[in-house]
Formats: sequence, C-alpha cells, structure tokens
Amino acid sequence: MKHYDVIVVGGGHAGTEAAAAAARRGASVMLLTQRLEQIGAMSCNPSIGGVGKGHLVREVDALDGLMGIAADEAAIHRRMLNRSKGLAVQGPRVQADRRRYRASIQSQLVGYAALETGEDEAVELLTRGGRISGVRTRAGVSFDAPSVVLATGTFLGGRLFRGNERLDGGRIDESPSRRLSEQLRSLELPIARLKTGTPPRLDGRTIDWARLERQPSDDEPWQMSFLPSSVALPQVACAITRTNDRGHDIIRAGLADSPLFAGVIEGGGPRYCPSIEDKVHRFGDRDGHQIFLEPEGLDDHTVYPNGISTSLSRATQDRLIASVDGLERARISTYGYAVEYDYLDPRALDHRLALHALPGLFCAGQINGSTGYEEAAAQGLIAGLNAAAHARSLVPFVCDRATGYMGVMVDDLVLQGVSEPYRMLTARAEYRLALRADNAETRLTGLGIMAGFIGEPRQASFRRREEMRARARVGEHEGVDSDVRREIEEDARYAPYLARQADEVARMRADRDVVVPSPEMLAHVPGLSTEMIERLTIARPTTLDEASRVRGVTPAALSALWLHARKSA
Amino acid sequence: MTADTIYALSSGSPPAAIAVVRVSGPDAMAAAAALAGRLPLPRRAGLRTLRGADGAPLDRALVLVFPGPHSATGEDLVELHLHGGRAVVSAVSAALAALPRLRQARPGEFTRRALTNGRLDLTQAEGLADLLEAETEAQRRAALSATEGVLGATLSRWMGELSVAAALIEAGIDYDDEAEVASTVLDTWRPIVARVRAEIVALLAQPSVERLRDGLLVVLAGPPNAGKSSLFNALLGREAAIVTPIAGTTRDVIEAQVTRDGIPYRLCDTAGLTEDTEDPVERLGVERARALAARADILLWLGEPAAAPERAVRVGAKADLGTPANIDIAVSVHQPATIERLWAVLARDASEALTLTSDIALRERQRGVAADVARLLDDMLDERDPLVAAEHLRVARRRLGELVGQDATEAMLDALFGRFCLGK
Repeated sequence: MKHYDVIVVGGGHAGTEAAAAAARRGASVMLLTQRLEQIGAMSCNPSIGGVGKGHLVREVDALDGLMGIAADEAAIHRRMLNRSKGLAVQGPRVQADRRRYRASIQSQLVGYAALETGEDEAVELLTRGGRISGVRTRAGVSFDAPSVVLATGTFLGGRLFRGNERLDGGRIDESPSRRLSEQLRSLELPIARLKTGTPPRLDGRTIDWARLERQPSDDEPWQMSFLPSSVALPQVACAITRTNDRGHDIIRAGLADSPLFAGVIEGGGPRYCPSIEDKVHRFGDRDGHQIFLEPEGLDDHTVYPNGISTSLSRATQDRLIASVDGLERARISTYGYAVEYDYLDPRALDHRLALHALPGLFCAGQINGSTGYEEAAAQGLIAGLNAAAHARSLVPFVCDRATGYMGVMVDDLVLQGVSEPYRMLTARAEYRLALRADNAETRLTGLGIMAGFIGEPRQASFRRREEMRARARVGEHEGVDSDVRREIEEDARYAPYLARQADEVARMRADRDVVVPSPEMLAHVPGLSTEMIERLTIARPTTLDEASRVRGVTPAALSALWLHARKSA
Repeated sequence: MTADTIYALSSGSPPAAIAVVRVSGPDAMAAAAALAGRLPLPRRAGLRTLRGADGAPLDRALVLVFPGPHSATGEDLVELHLHGGRAVVSAVSAALAALPRLRQARPGEFTRRALTNGRLDLTQAEGLADLLEAETEAQRRAALSATEGVLGATLSRWMGELSVAAALIEAGIDYDDEAEVASTVLDTWRPIVARVRAEIVALLAQPSVERLRDGLLVVLAGPPNAGKSSLFNALLGREAAIVTPIAGTTRDVIEAQVTRDGIPYRLCDTAGLTEDTEDPVERLGVERARALAARADILLWLGEPAAAPERAVRVGAKADLGTPANIDIAVSVHQPATIERLWAVLARDASEALTLTSDIALRERQRGVAADVARLLDDMLDERDPLVAAEHLRVARRRLGELVGQDATEAMLDALFGRFCLGK
C-alpha cells in the first residue's frame, strides 16, 4: 500500500490549491481525479475574480497559491470592477482562456516534486480507530494517508437537469461520485443538496458582433498575481446584449418543462446568480436582463453568455437565444443545464476546515456549500495547509476575520452554515476598509513566510516590495512600483476609519479569550435553553467571539456563556 | 456546575409591617424546609412557624414556593413573608446563613440570575430596575414598557430598517458591474436612514429615565441671608435646612427629593452667592452654588431682581415685609397660599419638561448610545463615498446592537448590575 501525508480528492480549483498548499508545507501528496486532463478546468464561466472574489484570488496568490498566476497566464480580457470606488472594493477580474488556464495549473503542479496525480475515482474513505487512514479507489487501490481533503465540487451525488432530461454527472459528459456520496451519508454526516446552473455555450462565429456594444479590456495594465508574469496574451473584447419581452414570453411558455419550477430539484440555488427563468419569474416587470458575451479562448470559438444560466429544455433554449439581439443566428454548441449535488453542512467543520467527527478529513469548495472558483480555491488552500499540518504535526494555519476575506468566509461557513450557495461579497467583511485586494500581500505573505510555506521566488519579491513600502511610507517615490505607491496612498485615505476599527478588532480578539464549553458540557451552563444548546452543538464555537456569530444564538445565551466563563475562571 | 443558593431581604428596610426574604437556588427548597418544616404546594401561601437549628421559634410566617424554571429567577425560589421587625429579619437571616451552601445575595444577584437563566433580556432587566425604583406615573409607564419589551421591540424595528438600508447600499457596492442593479438601488437607502434618524432624535428629545426618576432640578440661589433656606423648608414643609438669621449658614448644597401631584422634583438650597468671604469652605460652597445654578431646570432667584441671572424666576421672598418691583412672584413663608402659588409655577414648567409623548424613555446609557447612532447616521447622510457611508452604517448598527443587548461586555453588565440594591 502506497503511503502519502495527504490525499486530495478532486482536481478543480479547491483540489489543486489544496494539493499544492499541502506540498508547500512539506507534505507528500496524491491528487486523485477522474480525468487528469480536466485538472484545473473552469466548469462554468471563463472568468476569474470580481468584487470580493478578486480579493480571494489576491489572498490565495499572497500565500503562494496557483490561481493568480494561472489567471495572468491565461488572461485575454481584464477589467477592474468598481473602479469609481475606493480600492477596498475594487475587484480585479480577468476572462481566462480556458485551455491556457488549465495548462498553467497543470504545469504549476508539475513543479511540486512531492505531489503526484492519479487518474482514478475515490470510492471509499478508509478509517482506523475513528480517524482517517486513507482512501480506496474504483480500481481497487488503497492509498494510506492520515489526512484526506475532499474537494469534490458538484460531483458528489451530482445530477444534471435540462428540461425533462435527467443525467447523472458532475459536469456534462463526466460521471458523478456516487459511492463516496453513499458512504458519507452512511457515516451520518449532515449532508443536504444544493443546485447551481450554467448557460448554453454559443459558437462565436455565428454571433453578429458588429451590432453589439463592445466592452474592451482595461487600457491600463494590471496583474492578478503579485509576482510579475512573463505571459502577455492578446486582449479580446467582450460584448453586451440583453433579453427582451419576446424572450421572456418564450421562457414563460417553457416553464412547464422546467425542472426548477416543476419542483424536481430539491436543493437551494444561489440568489446571487439566479437562472434566467428565476429572474423572469421574480422580476416580471423588468423588460430585459443583461447578457455579457465572454469569449472562452483565443483559439476557441466558444462564447459564454453570462447572465442566462438555465435548465429549460433544448428547444426553449434555442428559441430564447434566437430572440436576443445579435444572437438571431447563433448556434448553441452545448446546452445549459442545472446541476444538483451533495454538500456537507459546513458547521460540522472547524476553522481548519476539518471535520469534527472524523479527524483527518478536510473539506473544501462546493462540498462546503460555497459557489465560485475563487471561494473554492481559498478553501482548498486553507484545507491543504491544515491537512499537511495534521499529517506532519505542524501548527494549524487559520486566518481570522480581520486578516482576510478567506478568514471571513471560513468563519461564516463553519459558524453560520449556508442556506444557499455561499458567495464572497465585500459586504460580508466587517473590516472591509482594511481588507483590500491590493494589500493582500502586505496582510498575508509575511504570515505565510513565518509558517514556512512560501516559495523562494515569492519571498524575494516580497522582501523587495516591503522595502518599497517602507520607502513609500516616508514619502520616497524613487524606484517604488506604482501599485505599491497606490497601496500606501490608499492606507492614508481611510486611516481614521481604520483606527476606529482597530478598537473593534481588539475587542473581538479579547472575546477569543473567553472559552465556550464543549458540547457535552453545555448542559451545565445555567440558563442555556435546549434550543441554544442545539445550535451551539451544531456549530461548536470554541470562544465567545465565535459563539456571537452562530446563527440564532441570542444575547441572553451569550450573557449566560460569558457569566459561566467568568465564574469558572 | 452548581450555583450557590442565595438569600436576601427583598422588601424595604425594617421596621415595616412585613418583610419578604427570598431564597433562590438549588437548595432553596431544602433551606425553607429546614426552617418551616413541610412546605406548602407550589404558588400557594402556607402559614408556618419558622424555627432555628435549636428548634426555637423565630417567627410565624407566610411561605411561598416557586419551583424553577418557572420562577422569577429561573431557579427554585422561596419567599418568606415575615413580621417586619429588625430582630425577626436578622434572626431568620442568621438561621439561613447557618445552613450549608447558602449565602447572602450580592447586589442585583437575583436579577442577574433571571438574566442568566433567560427569564429576562437586558432591556427588560434595566426596565425592571427602573420599575422597582419608580415613584411616579410617568416613570412607571416608561419602566413598564421597557420590562414588557416595548423598548426592545422599537430597537429591533430600527435594527430591521437599518438592515434593509445596509442591504441596499451593499448591493450598490457589490454589484457595481451589473449596472442594472446599481442604478435601481442608488441612494434608495437615504429615506430609510433619514426616517430612523428622525425617530431616534425624537426619542432623544424625551426626558431620560433618570430625569423622570430624579425629577426637575429646582435651585434656590441668591445672596446670603435672602431667605433661601426658609423658602426651601417652606416648599418641603419640614425643617430640612437649618434656618437662621446669620448670613452664610448654608455653606454647601442641601438637596431634597419631593414628589407633588405625581411630579418629581430635586430641590436644592445653595450657599449665598457672596464675593467677600475669606472662609475657604464658604468659598467652595459658593462655587458649587454657581455650578448648580447653571445646570438648573428652574432657577429661583432670591435677591435683587436686577442681579438675577437670565432665565431665573425672580422671587420676592419676604412678601410680608413688602414687595419689591420687577419680580415674577412674591412669596412669604408665613403665607402658605403664596407657597402654593410658587408650586403651581413649578408644576407648570415641570409638566412641560417631564411629559412623555410616547411610552418609551431611555436611560442615560441608552441615550448616549442613541445619540451616537443618530450622529453616525447624520455622518452617513452627509457622505458621498458609499464605502464610508456603509462603514458609518455598520458602526451605527453595531452600536444599536449594544442597546438591544447583543454586546454583552463586562463593563455594560457591571454597570447594569451595580444599580440594583441588595435583594432585588
């Protein structure tokens, strides 16, 4: 039996970051995926970043992850969102050439000597004495490892819906992980269903571009990664069109064979990224919805029509597309569909993204109820670092809400759980003014160096840029990169508010010294109702600060916990 | 972990007709049984002879048993209604103290346990403290609305509305690229924030709980020997201040609480305002008198009308000796009808200052927070940068959360519980 420190199940954005991060912490890693060529695939839209999401990409990059570099190497269109607002909420977003993005991720992984990849399906988690001991694959191979990271995306019990069609699968033409799903359910883990959707893909050669409003790439060059990129691809323009009343009538007529509206799909969908049939149903008074036409690659004619994800029947999709300005003669190359998949109530996890109930098992990405590549990548990084820490007896790496968006996201997931796919929004970050996409390196890279998982090239770049920052702070501009200069200027802009927030952060951290008893001991805290004990038992906060963010926990319950802690102290 | 069982005298200080001693905690029943023998049924009064450890009778008392968790404290609770003599109360207290695991309650501890056990929330606990101290109708209404959660409900409604405003401004920030979202939400938060702010400002215009409780500050001021102390005593109807014909007798401030016709007043007699004194104690008294006069809601000036400070009611204090010109009211301590007239003037001003236009009044602590929130909302309404506006709103909502009791910091809980006197 082959032994590894960490086995990662899944080769998407969460899985690849987890495998690479674990390897950076010195772990030997096996990444298992059903199809090696699909490692690093973008299953849905061809863009990386955005408001909130761009922050996560920069944070992953600051901790020496893969996503920022791959985005730069594949970028064929760049847009800084929210440019009119402060840097704190500006969101860098690139359109990435699908094939080149995958290639970048795959070649970055090859650079990790201790990381192997295997083309096989994990079908069973192996345990010994109530702890993870490895996984068994469909081919009948057992791999031995003290840590396993599940990054199964939509593949766990994945089921596709399109009109009256039903397919088992994680993506179109790729089979789901059914047996693993069955095993997790048999372990009595809190598993439920979520759904998401994807739009039809169009053949770009059949779009009447000339009639459409073009959206060019930003003039001013910028990068996703803090490391300089050697690749500069030609930049393409996107285009904007919109649905109209005719299309909306077609959608209404097609609702009869919509799996969403027939109640076939039990999983909750994302409010942040609703299907076009949802939009038409909920905002019936609107006469149109925007569609962004995003090219999927330089040598690929596929175009992704962002804004019309749908699970209506093929015939309805054809009619809908033909009703849109500029798409009258457009040909659909792949029809849109909805996918419903298993997720694990993330309140069963701790801040390392480790399962309370089964030591050694870590989860990242859509399996935790999140949506989005960037959310997945950031969780993969946290899970991978801690899976390696678990296997190699290192200090866990956790990030709190005042340190990064990834800290906000993990904290939200493990304490509050989800009722719909979780998407990163800047509104979720109470210390938003301090957590900017442009200062992720300043916030995080030093922490990564201290924990020992930042590679030499990035360490060198960081040291050089720290010197620039020191100079810029005393007003020297010579030899200071323009992005560093802007970062220091922006620090000053919100300084008064940052000072006010510092008190708040101090208080939050003080509340972390107040210990909340373990679930078994909660019954001995006077004044906690059965309902409060249940809520606290599910989310398992360990400090008063965490308890204050558990959904539905009342002020009275917090007082009781606080009084109890003070009495016990 | 098991809590101690606590006991304390919960009624006013003896001697009184009856005295109520409460015992709360896991051993409350056992303790009561040790003194009273067989206990009556829950929530039924039973007449029992209480006996000490030596079997000697202490008192014949009414015993009431409230099993937890449906008691005021959420724990087993026993009330002993004793005869209200000092000796009886101290004998029963001593007998309870002699029992194992029983101890005297600390100030506010019964209420603290009620809060800990989820029988009260913070605004209710604060309201209860006020209800227990309420002496007038307006105080009682305000305190009762707090205990019944009217205040909490209003705060929750504001929280709800500000959450909507936050959602609107955040949508404009997080969905900027989707121009269609941004344009529909732009500035729609403004009317909501403006409305909540106006409501808070209106509430801040109401008298505070402390003001309702302590009453209107009425200060008597004037030169030495102007008759201030005589008038003070006449208003009180008793000899609170030493009244002598020697100038400068009242060298510090003498204060009395009076409730008349349901209106509370804080009457203050001050040192005569004189410049030519060598006595350091008297000088200090003069300084205090000036400071208090500056804070007065009503300043009664007994001296040369021309020397009266602005806003002062010019009182001709010795009307029986002749009425000077340019005064607002003439009184004489020897003519009770004139004192009544002065009371009527005070009552008119008081009812304006102390009228509640709603049933909600805020404590000073709550007013401080509400004023902060109103200021933050003002800043927000003035702000053009949506990020900074959103930050003001975030802090405002967090501050409001403190009022609702969502921020259980040590300082706030201590400040709250420090207000309770022993046994309540």
